[in-house]
Amino acid sequence: MKMNIIKKGKGELFTDPDPDHARAFFQKKSRKMVNKAMTLPKAIETFVHDGDYLAMGGFGGNRSPIAACHEILRQGRKHMGLAGHTTTHEFEILSAGEVFDQVDAAYIVGLEARGLSPCARRYMQTGKVKVTEWTNYCISARLRAAAMGVPFVPTRNLLGTDTFEYSGSIIVECPYTGKKLALQPALYPDVAIIHVHESDVYGNCRIRGILKSDNDLARAAKRTIITCERLISNEEIRRDPSETTIPYFLVDAVCEVPYGNYPGNMVYEYFSDEEHLREWLKAEEDPVAFKEFLQKNIYDCKDHHEYINKNGGMEKLLKLRTIEYLLHKEAD
Amino acid sequence: MTTNYNPMELMICVASRELEDGSTLAVGTGAPCAAAMLAQKLNSPNLAIMFEAGSVSPQLPEMPISVGDSRASYKAVMVSTMGAIMETCSRGYVDYTFLGGAQIDMYGNLNSTYIGGTHQKPKVRFPGSGGANDFGSFCWKMMVLTVQDARRFVEKCEFITTPGWLRGGNSRYEAGLPEGTGPYKVFTNMAVMDFEQESRRMRIISINPGYSIKDVQDNCGFELFKAPKITETQPPTEIELKILREEVDPHRYVIGR
Repeated sequence: MKMNIIKKGKGELFTDPDPDHARAFFQKKSRKMVNKAMTLPKAIETFVHDGDYLAMGGFGGNRSPIAACHEILRQGRKHMGLAGHTTTHEFEILSAGEVFDQVDAAYIVGLEARGLSPCARRYMQTGKVKVTEWTNYCISARLRAAAMGVPFVPTRNLLGTDTFEYSGSIIVECPYTGKKLALQPALYPDVAIIHVHESDVYGNCRIRGILKSDNDLARAAKRTIITCERLISNEEIRRDPSETTIPYFLVDAVCEVPYGNYPGNMVYEYFSDEEHLREWLKAEEDPVAFKEFLQKNIYDCKDHHEYINKNGGMEKLLKLRTIEYLLHKEAD
Repeated sequence: MTTNYNPMELMICVASRELEDGSTLAVGTGAPCAAAMLAQKLNSPNLAIMFEAGSVSPQLPEMPISVGDSRASYKAVMVSTMGAIMETCSRGYVDYTFLGGAQIDMYGNLNSTYIGGTHQKPKVRFPGSGGANDFGSFCWKMMVLTVQDARRFVEKCEFITTPGWLRGGNSRYEAGLPEGTGPYKVFTNMAVMDFEQESRRMRIISINPGYSIKDVQDNCGFELFKAPKITETQPPTEIELKILREEVDPHRYVIGR
């Protein structure tokens, strides 16, 4: 029996979906449980290269690796591929640095209820970025396929739409039922960066709240950088292994970056700094003013803490913690 | 006594009445989320809201800014993955979804990808599908909440991001989308529309207070069908407005627009 191909999307695949190529890579990857703690600049320098395909954990500014995005700009990475799997403030930052020129677009350019990013929009309208269209579920399914070690998984979205026409999916006839299915090719990112609540120095990670696809992302990526709110002991990890989402052998680097998701929302830690996010959107309206804004907030900062200190420091962080726990309402 | 309300408040109140207790809904931020919260606080305490970031059945304390933020999973029964939410929709467990877009056409197809220029070099780039194509493909009844405007209601979307009835008739199911799913109702500031059974063309079923059929047609870029009996939309009640203003959106993020 042969699977009948009905139609192919014309979007380019920016990554290789072949599971045997990925297996060959994973075969050689060290499984040693060694200390992987290092500084964020060191991790970005070692594991994120020009031309790599990058996928980030978290959901659009929520538990997202914002500190790592800033560091990527400071180190001047270019020509990267990017998974736009609900990327909002992250996308805004990486657009400002023109870090990527290939994007798998599921949700890009916007910041949900906050509106659209003028800078990201300008960059996407230059024609300099190659775009393949997908949906959020497509990218989840593509990471799932990679995590399963198979070349694709079938889904029933995309059918009949232009999103399909500009995707890299293929519509086939199901050999069991004759139904039309859209195949989602495995997505093996060169590098994943995932911000988590807690990790030990070996990379055993705990994540609280929604996962998006981060369990699969860590499994699909060739290299995984973890940034964490705090380091915890391996003994604590082993005390309750049911809490572990990502095991150590998937991880290449562990960077302790408290408040590493600021100005985004880290569930159970701190709420998003809406005032500062509005300031970003406002600054983007004028490209000259925005250049100064980036200089001040990214390029002239030696690390994320200098950035936070410039924008309210500890006082601001404590306020965001109060808002996260809705304590400001009880005080009313 | 006449109650005062603005068009956004009307749209939210009317749309929220569709969400019966015990049903399931996949939704994003903004006005649709306000409709879901209003339903949950008024008549449908057991309305299970699902957000694509992974939250299952939260009890929203205030309007989320992102479907992945802390508010979106407040007092949820579970936090899961995007795949788990989309698969719940794909399995046929989710009754409703509310969507929007830069363009909607006569078959309820939606465009949220780009307008003008080419795909590679668009004049105006929008976010793309996000989860909209997924929800619009899988959920049983797709509803749209948007402002009635001829630039938005176009004969044909420049780009179909999310499937409606595609080219009408049986084209949606011929494309392979799950049987029984599809666009159900469209709520605007001027009217409520559904889709005629055979042609799957958008048609007026109810006119909002203060508007005429002509107003709706004049603000639509294609010919709207008309139901055999067009009713007048029930305006927001005092209790709906009270809960909407005091509990759902006290900062007027959505209803102040």
